[in-house]
Amino acid sequence: MADATLLDQVKDRKNRADPYPLFARLRETPVSRQHDGTYVAATHAAVASLLYDPRISSETLPPSKRPLTGNPFTDWVVKPIRQHITDTHRPFIFRDPPDHDVLRGAVMHQFTRERVQAMRKRSDRLVADLLNEKCGAREIDIVDDLAYPLPVTVICELFGVPREDEPKFHGWATQLATALEPDSLDDDAVRAKNSRCFDEISAYMAGLIRDKRRHPGDDMLSGLANESAPGIGRMGDYDLVATSILMLVAGHETTVNLITNSMLTLMRHPEALERLRAEPGWAPRVLEEVQRFDPPVQFRTRKALADLAIEGTTIPEGAPVVLLFAAAGRDPQAYADPDRFDPDRHDNRHFGFGGSLHYCVGAPLARFETEAALAALAGRLQNPRLAEDPPYRPGAALRGPQHLRLAIDGIA
Amino acid sequence: MVAERAVVVGAGLAGLRGAEALRRAGFTGSLTLVGAEAHRPYDRPPLSKHVLTGAVAADATTLPSFLPLEAEWRLGTAVTGLDRRNGRVRLADGSSLAFDRLLIATGTRARAWPNPHEGRLAGVHSIRSREDATALRTALAAGPRRVLVIGGGFIGCEMASACRTLGIPVTLVEPSTAPLARVLGTHMGDVIGALHTARGVEMRCGTEVEWLEDDGRGRVVRAHLSGGDRIEADLVVVALGAVRNTEWLAGSGLSADAGGLDCDADGYALDTEGRVDARVAAAGDVARFPHPLYDGRRVALEHWSHAVAQAEHAGRLLADRKACSHYAAVPTFWSTQHGINIKSVGLTEGADGLVIAQGSPKEGRFLAVYGREGRCIAALSVDCARWLPAYAAQVAARAPFPPIHGAIDQPEHRPVLPPGFS
Ligand SMILES: Cc1cc2nc3c(=O)[nH]c(=O)nc-3n(C[C@H](O)[C@H](O)[C@H](O)COP(=O)(O)OP(=O)(O)OC[C@H]3O[C@@H](n4cnc5c(N)ncnc54)[C@H](O)[C@@H]3O)c2cc1C
Ligand code: HEM
Repeated sequence: MADATLLDQVKDRKNRADPYPLFARLRETPVSRQHDGTYVAATHAAVASLLYDPRISSETLPPSKRPLTGNPFTDWVVKPIRQHITDTHRPFIFRDPPDHDVLRGAVMHQFTRERVQAMRKRSDRLVADLLNEKCGAREIDIVDDLAYPLPVTVICELFGVPREDEPKFHGWATQLATALEPDSLDDDAVRAKNSRCFDEISAYMAGLIRDKRRHPGDDMLSGLANESAPGIGRMGDYDLVATSILMLVAGHETTVNLITNSMLTLMRHPEALERLRAEPGWAPRVLEEVQRFDPPVQFRTRKALADLAIEGTTIPEGAPVVLLFAAAGRDPQAYADPDRFDPDRHDNRHFGFGGSLHYCVGAPLARFETEAALAALAGRLQNPRLAEDPPYRPGAALRGPQHLRLAIDGIA
Repeated sequence: MVAERAVVVGAGLAGLRGAEALRRAGFTGSLTLVGAEAHRPYDRPPLSKHVLTGAVAADATTLPSFLPLEAEWRLGTAVTGLDRRNGRVRLADGSSLAFDRLLIATGTRARAWPNPHEGRLAGVHSIRSREDATALRTALAAGPRRVLVIGGGFIGCEMASACRTLGIPVTLVEPSTAPLARVLGTHMGDVIGALHTARGVEMRCGTEVEWLEDDGRGRVVRAHLSGGDRIEADLVVVALGAVRNTEWLAGSGLSADAGGLDCDADGYALDTEGRVDARVAAAGDVARFPHPLYDGRRVALEHWSHAVAQAEHAGRLLADRKACSHYAAVPTFWSTQHGINIKSVGLTEGADGLVIAQGSPKEGRFLAVYGREGRCIAALSVDCARWLPAYAAQVAARAPFPPIHGAIDQPEHRPVLPPGFS
């Protein structure tokens, strides 16, 4: 019965700094039942198999009762969506095909190479500027001073959010990140706060979209609001609001945590930090290894649509299924010496960006933001020292340090 | 002990992967690959797809080699006979090679148009080799008025799709009521046929080409159909399926005909008395073997991934010289037509039921499952291959049919349809 509480222990804040020993115990049963009827997939093979199993659904949210807020004409008449029309403001990370594919297709259509390239250049610049601001400092907080502001600015610029409104987004991003925690639905106070925050950002985005329809720019939101993707059509207002909030939420704290987790790992592996300083082109390998070794998205929850036999267990229809990406990354069946941080390894098939149909759409963005940050930090921080073991934010699913303070001799 | 000698006959996909598997399994003796074609092993699937549209050059499909083979290559030389008593193969140039282990991987060739005179007319093509593809590419690039494709199998359908991609008018003639009817049944055949029609392919099903007429100067100008109709076409592609290259085995005592070389469940060749010759194994399109998933029914598969998997199996077999576990890989196949990705797992033969398990044919994205006597035997995906592995697992496990209930994007009603095999 010891197994029954392992997931609770993972969620317990006191294990936030190092959940990996718990993951090792979870892996002993590749798919284990928790006392509340949740099933946890903890091995690489089990996670991979469930990601590609059509009986696993992402529609885990209860039907929404929030009133629609967009333009009914575009949503019902010009709508590209064929089903679940009353749930339309649900973001596509929580939807199954065909709706998921339609909405995601519209977004992918706007992720043009030019746009991504332009944002890549911008992130290099933004990182440089953020570090310049700390020039004479003797201490730097990787979170507050760099990792936090970078992705919000990138997403705001991608969407063409007026510069003066950016501070609002910082606030919303912070609040909404908690909405992705599985337990957030249980806490009334958190729910109320999230709900208010959703109202605010929804209203803001609806306005911004209206604006982009009247005065289209070359930003992504203008593209989504005005152009139709081939075979897909144009997104209706509710979906567009939901989608833009999704991009902000899914792309913010995750990126913060990847930068921070990477830096923390590098501080604990000084030889790797040294090498990155000498060889900035190594950054992509570093971040992919962090995605395996200490990923920002530790797990995602799905739902079984049918009784599903796997690894000697049958997951019953309707049961919540936790895909424990972070445990899969340390699976000795999948990786040689899994607890060793080794960016040069060749067997890295991490789930840091998920997999299958919900594979992260922002992965290119996330990659170069993180690469830019790591290369600059390794290159410019002089004699960085870990001031303390960092405190962690509450989230277990989106997990990462609240602060990462480093003592430094200066910034080059 | 004398050094062991291995010979691989047929330097195609199966020959290459089989030779690699021999080496990988530790075979250190001499290794010779004999191939009738003058080329190093190359990949065929692109020949009826990207090569025809000009996106990939015909000579750019050479297969990558995954390890140093340390082999002798005898390319451009066909093997003409097998003398098992003396352990030798005879070559077209009059020489012969001794072997202790022999891998037969001679594949298939395109079935020729039954009238040899008509088949030789200028403007009449088929497609199996790199040269075939080059010739067809040239003919297509010259801008024919209309292409006639004879035969609605996978290659015929891909051919028609390439024509539409190039904006060339094309007619496809298929004797059964739908394209792909033999492999997918008429129900799914109709669905795929509709995709072709929607993209401008003129589909003529349920009729046959009786004869090809020339212009008096040896160039094809039109085809006459069994109903009396005529189709004006200056380019004709004969896509009537494949014939196995087994003639050279005549007199060898092995059990072989145009349907393949018979093997046991391990992949060893069988003689006409049904006895195993443990020096000889076969793999790829040429091999006919009892498939354990299909009650030991003898099948010969013309699938790329099967050629790879069976060759790897046969290479290990010949290297270790002992019975391995039976070869039981679930057959898989893919095709691309009009940019639509079509994939299948399992064998549809004998199916008595069909269910749309996910998506919808109307939307052009779906997953269909074939059943026989209450078991899942095959699945077909159209632009929805992501889920196919889950269904492959069901096929491998002979899961009950109708399959997986409760899946994302599942139609509310899932009637069991007649698949339409005659
Ligand atoms: C145009 C085309 C498109 C295809 N597309 C697909 C696809 O999309 N998906 C898929 O799964 N499969 C596809 N296939 C099938 C796939 O290519 C075959 O299954 C695969 O090539 C089989 O490999 P093989 O080595 O058994 O035979 P082959 O590739 O035919 O190789 C056999 C070789 O042996 C040689 N040979 C024959 N007789 C002798 C002899 N007596 N002596 C010496 N050498 C000899 C031949 O010249 C040939 O080079 C396609 C095939 C073609 C022709
Ligand atoms: C390091 C940073 C990031 C990490 C670790 C990350 C991780 C992930 C993961 C694991 C998923 C899969 C979720 C699931 O399977 O349920 C996902 C999906 C998604 N991500 Fe990211 N992400 C990052 C950055 C971004 C950015 C920058 C954006 C947007 C610009 C973004 C947008 C999305 C969206 C929209 C989805 C949903 C995709 C779908 O449902 O099809 N992500 N991400």
